[in-house]
Amino acid sequence: MHPLISRAGLAAAALIALSAPAFAAEGKIDPADTAFMIAATALVLLMTLPGLALFYGGMVRRKNVLATMAQSVGATGVVSLLWFALGYSLAFRGDGALIGGFDRMLLLGTGVDSVSPFAKTIPEALFMAYQMTFAVITCALVGGAVADRLKFSAFLVFCALWLFIVYVPTAHWVWGGGFLGRLGLIDFAGGTVVHLNAGVAGLVAALMVGARQGYGRENLAPFNLALAVIGVGLLWVGWFGFNGGSALAAGPRAAFAIVATHLSACTGALTWSALEWASRGKPSVLGLISGAVAGLGAITPASGFVLPWHAVVIGALAGGVCYWACTALKHRFGYDDSLDVFGVHGVGGALGTLLTGVFATAALSAAGGQAGVSGLLEGAPSQLLAQAIGVGVTILWCGVGTWVTLRIVDALVGLRVRAEQEREGLDLALHGEAMGL
Amino acid sequence: MKIVTAIIKPFKLDDVREALDRVGAHGMTVTEVKGYGRQRGHTEIYRGAEYVVSFVPKARLEIAVPDALVDAVVEAIRTAALTGTIGDGKIFVTPLERVVRIRTGEANDEAL
Repeated sequence: MHPLISRAGLAAAALIALSAPAFAAEGKIDPADTAFMIAATALVLLMTLPGLALFYGGMVRRKNVLATMAQSVGATGVVSLLWFALGYSLAFRGDGALIGGFDRMLLLGTGVDSVSPFAKTIPEALFMAYQMTFAVITCALVGGAVADRLKFSAFLVFCALWLFIVYVPTAHWVWGGGFLGRLGLIDFAGGTVVHLNAGVAGLVAALMVGARQGYGRENLAPFNLALAVIGVGLLWVGWFGFNGGSALAAGPRAAFAIVATHLSACTGALTWSALEWASRGKPSVLGLISGAVAGLGAITPASGFVLPWHAVVIGALAGGVCYWACTALKHRFGYDDSLDVFGVHGVGGALGTLLTGVFATAALSAAGGQAGVSGLLEGAPSQLLAQAIGVGVTILWCGVGTWVTLRIVDALVGLRVRAEQEREGLDLALHGEAMGL
Repeated sequence: MKIVTAIIKPFKLDDVREALDRVGAHGMTVTEVKGYGRQRGHTEIYRGAEYVVSFVPKARLEIAVPDALVDAVVEAIRTAALTGTIGDGKIFVTPLERVVRIRTGEANDEAL
């Protein structure tokens, strides 16, 4: 064939192909949204690796630092693979009230042009990956409550089971088209799914595994709070991806979300610190960073629904309430929630989810001609009820589900290390390693 | 020969080293230790959990000294390490039976 004709033929074929409707696509992929969400996914993963690893690692004793960090890395590996294989599909596909479908198992139904109905302007593979980082950090968070005494095998098996027993159903109910979302519960980035779940699971685990040896008597002081500060820095900045990215698009809502996130962290930090300064005489660095995390956890469900000044209030309340939960409440009941997963994430997440029902401002969630969601202050007290139901259901399901999960884990591999292993330290006993300093 | 062991406040280490140099004691071994005598420790608080830390950081020096130099060494350490506040430390003098320099094989007074 004459070269000119064959070249023209190719060009014509290309034009036809580009103009024909793509079979697998259900929406138009937007480059700005995609770029933003890729960055957000990376930021949220950074929150676990190494954010949480450093935050938690710095707060345990020297002999357990590596083992604590191993939990963050291990959770990333196990949860990522299981989420990709089945978790994503069960959480975000199908239209069941209680659970999703199997059509995206192993992402086999996801094509290059596929989008999720929940994020029509980014590739579905990216939406899956973004949600994956949320599942990862939720599981990793739970380990903090039973720091210094949980077997590594138990933690890995726990992640694998708890992901499907608690996280996936909750994610489906709240975000994936399930009954809580249909009931009107609003949770922008995971006050219930991530923080309340992690917190309640942590508390149940702490009660079931029991307190550390020497709790209340021996010196269990943190190994290196400088590491913890660095960790919180990564968490704080990473949260811009956690809450900002939950807008699933690069636009004003993401902008309002990150502003709310940051302001809440600030007031959370300063409020906790102020309370400590007043009652103890010295503002601790641990208090500053804990208050920041409390503010961040509390604003998570509210971030895309409330105004910046609301976030300032939410942060302050979180700083105060979580300070109380981690000191007075914990010591009154005597449970050893070692790294205060319940006190900060559980209490903070629940508080923030309820306050979302108070402060929700319709203008922020209005889209495509549809009116947004209003809270109590805008004259919709029923929203607060929906939030309360969401919190209640999450606590119940997570509490029971975690108990069941840990019973299974205990039967399979056992939960707690032996007493002499706990004495020696998990780094050596479980991993055969020492930090060398 | 004697071993002079001194437990002193860590920030006094340089002053003591210089003072010892001036009286003619040119070598020593230093370790970081913890301890207490009459000095109180401190309390640390982490999210409401209080820990009383009784041990205070100190520096421990050990010097092998010929008998003739012992008094001068003890006095040099004492004046250099003195601050006047509780926790200044103590000096112990113990008998030393034998000394060998590894590189040359010199023994006792020649090895000091």
